[in-house]
Amino acid sequence: MAVTEIDYGLNEMQLEIREMVRNFAQERVLPVRAELDEKEEFPTEILRELGRMDLMGLYIPEAYGGSMTDSMLDFIVAIEELSKVCCGVSVSYAANALGADPILLGGSEEQKKKFLPPLASGEKWGAFALTEPNAGSDAGGIQTTAVKRGDHYVLNGTKQWITNGGEADIYTVLAVTDRKRGARGISCFIVEKGTPGFSFGKKENKLGIRASATRELIFEDCAVPAENLLGREGMGFLLAMKTFDVSRPGIAAQGVGLAQGALDAAVIYAKQRIQFGRPVIANQGLQWMLADMATKVETARALLYGVCRTLDAGAKDMSKFSAMCKLYATDVAMQVTTDAVQVFGGYGFMREYPVEKMMRDAKILQIYEGTNQIQREVIGLSLVKEYASRM
Amino acid sequence: MHIIVCLKQVPDTNDVRIDPETNTLIREGVASIMNPFDENALEAALAIKDAQGATVTAISMGPPQAGDMLREAIARGADNVYLVSDRAFAGSDTLATSYALAKAIRTLPAADLVLFGKQAIDGDTAQVGPGVAELLGLPIITYVRKVTVQDQQLEVERAFEDGFERMSVPLPAVLTVLKETNVPRMASLRGRMKAKKVEVPVLKAADIEAESHHVGLTGSPTQVIRIFTPPKKQGGVTLDGSHGQEAAQQAVALLRERKVI
Ligand SMILES: Cc1cc2nc3c(=O)[nH]c(=O)nc-3n(C[C@H](O)[C@H](O)[C@H](O)COP(=O)(O)OP(=O)(O)OC[C@H]3O[C@@H](n4cnc5c(N)ncnc54)[C@H](O)[C@@H]3O)c2cc1C
Ligand SMILES: Cc1cc2nc3c(=O)[nH]c(=O)nc-3n(C[C@H](O)[C@H](O)[C@H](O)COP(=O)(O)OP(=O)(O)OC[C@H]3O[C@@H](n4cnc5c(N)ncnc54)[C@H](O)[C@@H]3O)c2cc1C
Repeated sequence: MAVTEIDYGLNEMQLEIREMVRNFAQERVLPVRAELDEKEEFPTEILRELGRMDLMGLYIPEAYGGSMTDSMLDFIVAIEELSKVCCGVSVSYAANALGADPILLGGSEEQKKKFLPPLASGEKWGAFALTEPNAGSDAGGIQTTAVKRGDHYVLNGTKQWITNGGEADIYTVLAVTDRKRGARGISCFIVEKGTPGFSFGKKENKLGIRASATRELIFEDCAVPAENLLGREGMGFLLAMKTFDVSRPGIAAQGVGLAQGALDAAVIYAKQRIQFGRPVIANQGLQWMLADMATKVETARALLYGVCRTLDAGAKDMSKFSAMCKLYATDVAMQVTTDAVQVFGGYGFMREYPVEKMMRDAKILQIYEGTNQIQREVIGLSLVKEYASRM
Repeated sequence: MHIIVCLKQVPDTNDVRIDPETNTLIREGVASIMNPFDENALEAALAIKDAQGATVTAISMGPPQAGDMLREAIARGADNVYLVSDRAFAGSDTLATSYALAKAIRTLPAADLVLFGKQAIDGDTAQVGPGVAELLGLPIITYVRKVTVQDQQLEVERAFEDGFERMSVPLPAVLTVLKETNVPRMASLRGRMKAKKVEVPVLKAADIEAESHHVGLTGSPTQVIRIFTPPKKQGGVTLDGSHGQEAAQQAVALLRERKVI
């Protein structure tokens, strides 16, 4: 038998996770994905079941109730498998980690002990809130403020397009504590749903990942206990950037999974569709397209897994490589899903087939957690710094 | 509360093919799974365990490979498993199977509730549950679609084609359950990792004090004269295709219901 997959040295636990999530996605996500997309319905039951299956805590160490062994690949393979079937579901799943990462990276022992176990068990869900109407790529330009009053910080402002907004229980929120200091005047807070002065605004109607909730967060004189400040005042922006270093591989995993799902669908369809008396895959023109698609998916996966292993080894500043795998895998997802629609021809354009949804879902991957232009900027800046010492 | 669930390992298909030469099932190339109705029986036990606490024991009579299915039961949350397996059991019909299972159940700590699937998707007789109940001298309710337990009292709904009976029965009792009883859970990661390490204990004929003339071929009064594939059914269900998506959903639902997919 020809080898059908590259051996990336996944351990026993990761293979187990992969098989579990693969079966789960087939049994529980596939039958409902079109409906969730059509109705913009949040996958509440699916996330609850993932919690019961110990899969919500794959990125959280055991000491805090999670089931992560020693590798972020545990979580990455799970995101990849869910994304093969539905990125609306996979982003709702992965955004929990985005919300929890600032706590993992910058939280005190007390904060970790308090907030991580319920996230790990899936009893509570998380979200991360940086973006505002006037601050997207330019995250340092946020306007939400946090003013210290006694043993509280009082938050005022509006966050926009927050994944899991309204659904999540625990939010990590970036706010300005010292306007004069620019990005160094930004701090990160844990805000719990139900805190007086914290409410939810508009829910977006989107092109893709429509099962996910993308919503406005409104803070009106919202008093947050001072012990919910992560790290020290002014460390928020740095914490957000560190969060992206570990979360961007998750977006890359969405890209790899989505692209793989589209490739699988395209090959199967091309073998079945008969034109000119033979399957369309018999045409070299189509085979070469599929060959390019398959090669891109595998190179994206190889880069992603390589980046994860390096992060596992404790690498400190991984911004360049995290950006690279996010950039590459999501561009691949856009190309491969677009080509998959092409392989399906007119049928690919129809809602009865899954590839039009995949193409719609792919677009956001190039935009959120830093647009792919911003990823290139991160990579470019790293190169400038890196080569400065060589000249 | 102690609940015993009887699980049968079956070939993963509804399309059971029979070798016309030997009149036996062609098992080659067909993966084995937990009998789908038995998944519902196990889920019913685990749901009671979740709701009010219980010890769940899963048993199966079959060859050594049925151990994998019992490990799956552990992964989903069963506390103990036993494989009833002995060369002496080979060739058992439904009576001999019922005897061996009843003997095994007698060997274990007394059960408050014994659960079966409605029927096995390969043998299809639906005889083993009632057979075991008879041998244990316990009341049985078949075709159960809903189970609740409250202080040693069992409330169940027994389904008919056009309705259901609500019944109440004191424990201990035996039930055979339908698909609509519940949606079987999928195993958790911790459950699966735990199950990998489990050595499945085997109960041999001597361990359950099974008498040799009651098991295996000698204990099986049923004579198989011929096994054959019945002629293909004509007619069938027609789905209105004017609403493509709806028709497809109906088709998928039908196929699911019949365990084709
Ligand atoms: C569905 C969805 C979910 C989201 N979820 C979250 C979430 O959970 N939490 C959160 O905080 N945010 C979230 N976001 C926000 C997301 O991260 C931002 O949309 C993203 O960072 C881009 O910001 P922007 O949309 O304001 O684009 P802009 O910053 O206005 O960019 C417009 C264009 O200019 C380009 N551009 C900007 N600056 C540069 C530059 N320096 N060099 C080159 N090109 C540049 C961009 O690449 C883009 O093409 C989400 C967004 C969406 C749509
Ligand atoms: C006429 C006849 C001759 C047979 N001859 C042979 C033979 O020569 N060799 C041979 O290997 N088999 C033989 N069998 C198959 C064997 O007897 C049956 O598989 C077994 O008795 C179960 O019957 P069933 O499949 O109809 O299960 P059903 O009675 O439909 O099953 C009902 C429920 O009982 C439980 N159950 C059934 N079987 C088991 C089990 N093994 N362990 C645990 N729980 C169980 C499950 O909960 C199941 O859902 C024969 C069967 C028949 C009908």
